[in-house]
Amino acid sequence: MRECDERQAGTGARPGTNGRADLADPVLEVTDLDVTFGSGPDAVRAVRGVSYAVRPGEVLGIVGESGSGKSVTSLAVMGLLPPHAHVTGSVRLRGQEILGATEKTLTAFRGKTISMVFQDPLSALTPVYRVGDQIAEAVRIHQKVTGQQAARRAVELLDLVGIPNAAQRAKAFPHEFSGGMRQRAVIAMAIANDPDVILCDEPTTALDVTIQAQVLEVLKRAQRETGAAIVLITHDLGVVAGSVDRVLVMYAGRPVEVGSVDDVYYRVRMPYTMGLLASVPRLDRGGGQPLVPIEGNPPSPSALPPGCPFEPRCPIAVPACAEAEPALEPVGSPGHLAACVRAGEIEAEGWSPAQVYHAGTGGPDEQGPETPPVHLRPVRLPRDERDVVLEVKDLTKHHPLMKGALFRRRVGTVHAVDGISFDIRRMETLGLVGESGCGKTTTLMEILQLTRPQHGTIAVLGHDTARLTARERMAIRRDMQVVFQDPLASLDPRMTVYDIIAEPLRTHGIRDPGPRIRELIRLVGLDAAHAARYPQDFSGGQRQRIGIARALALEPRLLVLDEPVSALDVSIQAGVINLLEDLKNRLGLSYLFVAHDLAVVRHIADRVAVMYLGKIAEIGQVGQVYDAPMHPYTQALLSAIPLPDPGKERSRRRILLEGDLPSPASPPSGCRFRTRCPKFKTLDETDQARCVDEEPQVRRLGEDHGVSCHFAEKLDVV
Amino acid sequence: MAGFLLRRLLNYLVLIVVATSLAYMLAAGALDPRSNYEGRNPPIPQAVIDARLTELNLNDRTPLFDRYLTWAGGVVHGDFGKTVAGGSVGEDLGRRAGVTLRLITIGLILGSVTGVFVGAYAAVKQYGVFDRLSTGASFVVLAVPTVVLANILIIAGVWFNGLVGAQVFLVSGEATPGLQGGFATQAADRLQHLILPTLSLSLGLIAVYSRYQRNMMLDVLGADFIRTAMAKGLRRRTALTRHALRTALIPAVTYFAFTFGSLLVGTTFTEKIFGWHGMGEQLVNSISTNDVNTVAAISCFAAFAVLAASLASDVLHAVLDPRVRVG
Amino acid sequence: MTISDEELAEQRAGIDRIKAPSRLRVVAGRFSRSVQGRIGFALLALMFLLAFAGPYLGRWTYTDKDFMAFLQPPSAEHWWGTLQTGADVYAVTLRGMQKSLIVGLLAAVIGTTLAAVVGAFAGYFMGWADRSLTWITDLMLVLPAFLILAIMSPLFAEGQWPLFVLVLALFLWMVTSKIVRSMTISLKEREFIQAARFMGVSPVRIIFRHVIPNMSSLLAVDATLNVSAAILTETSLSYFGFGIQPPDVSLGSLIADGAKTAVYAPWTFWFCAGLLIVTVLAVNLVGDSLRDAFDPTAKRAGQ
Repeated sequence: MRECDERQAGTGARPGTNGRADLADPVLEVTDLDVTFGSGPDAVRAVRGVSYAVRPGEVLGIVGESGSGKSVTSLAVMGLLPPHAHVTGSVRLRGQEILGATEKTLTAFRGKTISMVFQDPLSALTPVYRVGDQIAEAVRIHQKVTGQQAARRAVELLDLVGIPNAAQRAKAFPHEFSGGMRQRAVIAMAIANDPDVILCDEPTTALDVTIQAQVLEVLKRAQRETGAAIVLITHDLGVVAGSVDRVLVMYAGRPVEVGSVDDVYYRVRMPYTMGLLASVPRLDRGGGQPLVPIEGNPPSPSALPPGCPFEPRCPIAVPACAEAEPALEPVGSPGHLAACVRAGEIEAEGWSPAQVYHAGTGGPDEQGPETPPVHLRPVRLPRDERDVVLEVKDLTKHHPLMKGALFRRRVGTVHAVDGISFDIRRMETLGLVGESGCGKTTTLMEILQLTRPQHGTIAVLGHDTARLTARERMAIRRDMQVVFQDPLASLDPRMTVYDIIAEPLRTHGIRDPGPRIRELIRLVGLDAAHAARYPQDFSGGQRQRIGIARALALEPRLLVLDEPVSALDVSIQAGVINLLEDLKNRLGLSYLFVAHDLAVVRHIADRVAVMYLGKIAEIGQVGQVYDAPMHPYTQALLSAIPLPDPGKERSRRRILLEGDLPSPASPPSGCRFRTRCPKFKTLDETDQARCVDEEPQVRRLGEDHGVSCHFAEKLDVV
Repeated sequence: MAGFLLRRLLNYLVLIVVATSLAYMLAAGALDPRSNYEGRNPPIPQAVIDARLTELNLNDRTPLFDRYLTWAGGVVHGDFGKTVAGGSVGEDLGRRAGVTLRLITIGLILGSVTGVFVGAYAAVKQYGVFDRLSTGASFVVLAVPTVVLANILIIAGVWFNGLVGAQVFLVSGEATPGLQGGFATQAADRLQHLILPTLSLSLGLIAVYSRYQRNMMLDVLGADFIRTAMAKGLRRRTALTRHALRTALIPAVTYFAFTFGSLLVGTTFTEKIFGWHGMGEQLVNSISTNDVNTVAAISCFAAFAVLAASLASDVLHAVLDPRVRVG
Repeated sequence: MTISDEELAEQRAGIDRIKAPSRLRVVAGRFSRSVQGRIGFALLALMFLLAFAGPYLGRWTYTDKDFMAFLQPPSAEHWWGTLQTGADVYAVTLRGMQKSLIVGLLAAVIGTTLAAVVGAFAGYFMGWADRSLTWITDLMLVLPAFLILAIMSPLFAEGQWPLFVLVLALFLWMVTSKIVRSMTISLKEREFIQAARFMGVSPVRIIFRHVIPNMSSLLAVDATLNVSAAILTETSLSYFGFGIQPPDVSLGSLIADGAKTAVYAPWTFWFCAGLLIVTVLAVNLVGDSLRDAFDPTAKRAGQ
């Protein structure tokens, strides 16, 4: 969307900061919006006093963690909240009040003047109708056209949002579309009637990064076509940095900081926003420094503290903070507002986030791990001299592709993992990264099964899994433990924390596990009194700590981590990452860290393997792979990740991949990446033929850097 | 795909064969056709009874397995043996199947269609008057077994007839025997006979389907795609009928296979109580008259019907839901 | 880091104390807040009280025949009137209710247990275990239950009603078992089950410790609804003379007799039919409220 702004900027000043756009009347003006669910003492005040205005062509970002009320705000604006939600305030669309308007008025506006893109493209389309028909329906609600005209328009729209073969794809059903394509279809629907405002509620959260980059590009194009104002709701500070003009940060249902994107990122005046910025792992910065987590958890919207809702977590809180909730007041440059009693002080002293949060590390909070203030990397032997903990050679996993529920039959073979090799040494973390469908989870499951793989070998702690006796397998299970992605799903909801952590101990015949459990609970930074509670009584970060405690119960040597922090909010995520790093160093563990978030991997891993369609594209030391990626896929992947830094985002060149991941049931011949490879297009015919015919193997190109590309060359993309 | 269909049909065939054989063995072992001839006055000589029973392949002095083989040999050629009265089981049941199918078809269509609409409307108006009334009514109906419901309907029908002083509801049989008159008279008479048995059969179905459809509809009402449809500018009502109801219909179709078995049982009771000469009535009678061959044949028919219903519901499911169609 | 054994024992006792009620209490709280659940529970309690304490209040037992009063309307002597045989309607109806309630409860518990075990094993192990268990389930679904039970009815005479309960339960588990199976298949992919697997916990233990307890809400609801299904089946069978055999009585056989005289002697029909309806209604209300109490997100979003 920035591109578009720049185009407009050509005719005047940048919108949203000063100049022309400020003079235009806002298309959408929200004033003092309050949303309450339920009534009486149980009432949940989800949104409290949100006000904002967007002008034509402007992009407003609303940032907040889960439960901050950002999505409820947009549903309230659309009038789509369930009847038991009590909404007050004012929502004016082109000057007309629409809050409490009749259904007739609302339906005339919805989809025509204001439209919405939802988070989950999987469920946003009606499963039983063709995609084209659903878009045509949107056209026909507001325009007097024949069915044929509407269908033609639907195809045009699909084409506009970049769906190849639009005429044919319009006849497909939603389940035949990939996530990215579905989101494009939803965007097509949203722009079908040239709206003035488009509300985008986490439009790319459910998508992979390369697809996210595509969809953000489509949104820019959509805005260009319609000239609409966009309200972009997201939790991702990187997406905001690169796409919006102004930012509104929400916490506990309230805006706590508003301002131009540069003001908020570079002249941040509210400690919560500072915490958010400090806790994000950065793709452009190496590890070594621990992240700065915000201690504690967001307050429950049904039990807000009397003063500033951030006061209990704030490192620079003063007694006045607990007395009354501070109002959103101007600070510094025009249009920059912050809700903090010390905002003026911060402004005057020019405190940076690091300063503010450093001031707060007086002593470990009860939630925090016992992290030493200075992060020590232990002295390790050179890599070659350390034991191999896990060795995977030429691992292959194919499974049949079944189709049809009525007549289930095999229609092909999914090449989920197709010959990958790597090893992990003692006290080392290997990050296994890739987008969904690349085979990283399959690889992990194959390793955890401890059985003979279809092809290749897996050796855990020196034991080949193909030749294990039951007793040996049990012994290895002790030494290799797993932490899963979803902390709630990985804990049996019917067991207490005590029983959960006791289970591995009991299974391996350890009687009287009490003292060990107590020790473990403290080790992961929880309170021993928590042992009697159930997982649902904890917050996401605490649950993940319980999961880690269970995994550590048997003093394993290798920990397999399947997206251990991707379900957590950034401020919580930082604490868990720090804990994992600390534990590794203290207990001498090795990690296989599977993730899709490359920034997290950069922070925690020593080595990284990038997977694409069941193959390793690039593998090597983190610094080498991130700073000088050589495989075109790694380059594209890294360039697709938005940085939480508006200045850098503006100057970055993004390598956009075309299309979706090919089906793993019919991977392309030769190099699997060639169908989307930007490099492939620049090659001459003989070189292209090589990519088509010859499958590249991982070649060693540096000291610890392997790339499977015939034409690998370095490129700085971060 | 043809191979898959074939395997599935083969599995069905095996199920029918095993179920029918089991039913035959049980019936032949537990029922006692000999008792039909004993205790008569004047007493029938043992030899005559034996001869008669052997002729019908019902003689308990022949080993069970031999009787089974004889019976099975006949079945393979399409002959289900003879009834205790000596008639052909196949012909007898063929005549009765029509009666049963008529009753089931009408009851099923009326019950499921009404139920689906009642349930869907109740879900849309959740906690409204209609929702509460229909929920209450279906709870009561579900608590009334068919045998009681049928009797209550008869009592109510008789009471109503007495009240208006005319035979509005006829409670016995499918038609008045020997009724003179043109097509209109015949049709009216059949309708008078039809109303109460159909109600007895479909009230339960309406209750079951309305409860089920209400839950399915409530699930769908919270779905994201309904929100999308309304964000497009569709009115709530249009979004509900066009997007929600259409999607919520899919599980109701699958549910059909589960309810079919109980529908058969309900038909049995209804026929017996209202004096319709269908297969259900024959089922109750055949056990009382120790009619092993009829019992086995009806089991075979029931197994076939249940499997056909499950196949039909799968096919309907595929028709309604693009996600399960063979892509 | 270490703590004394006493402290530990104390702590664990504390854990045990807190553990049991926590979830149950939540469910019970939600249940008792629902009007429907309270009505159902009260009705059911009343029915039990009537069936098991009621006979002690009456003057007649269910085997007594009053040869001075055939088919008499309710009076001080016979509170609910008499049958054609001279039997006291109050006494025989309560006797029938006892039978129905016991048969219903037992059959439901057995049927649901069977469903849980069969479904969980089929879903967890898949492969040939699944194929054979599913095949048996399908076979049981295809067999006409009513017919089999009716054929076997002579076996249930002379106090052999426990056998009747068992056979009845054998026809009650199939649909639930299919649901349990598909839930197990999805539960198996849940991370806490995988975590247990990768920890080395044995499959059978996983089934009994993780899979079945995590379906307890479904099973509790299903068991409740199976009670009403069992009562209805028993009634229908007895109605045609195939269930509980004379001299014992059941609501079904009473309803069958009463239906013949209902038009001119309504007390012979309405007392037993009414009590049956109220009982089944109460069970269904309890089951439905239990479902809501276990899964508050499913429906009551608005409250």
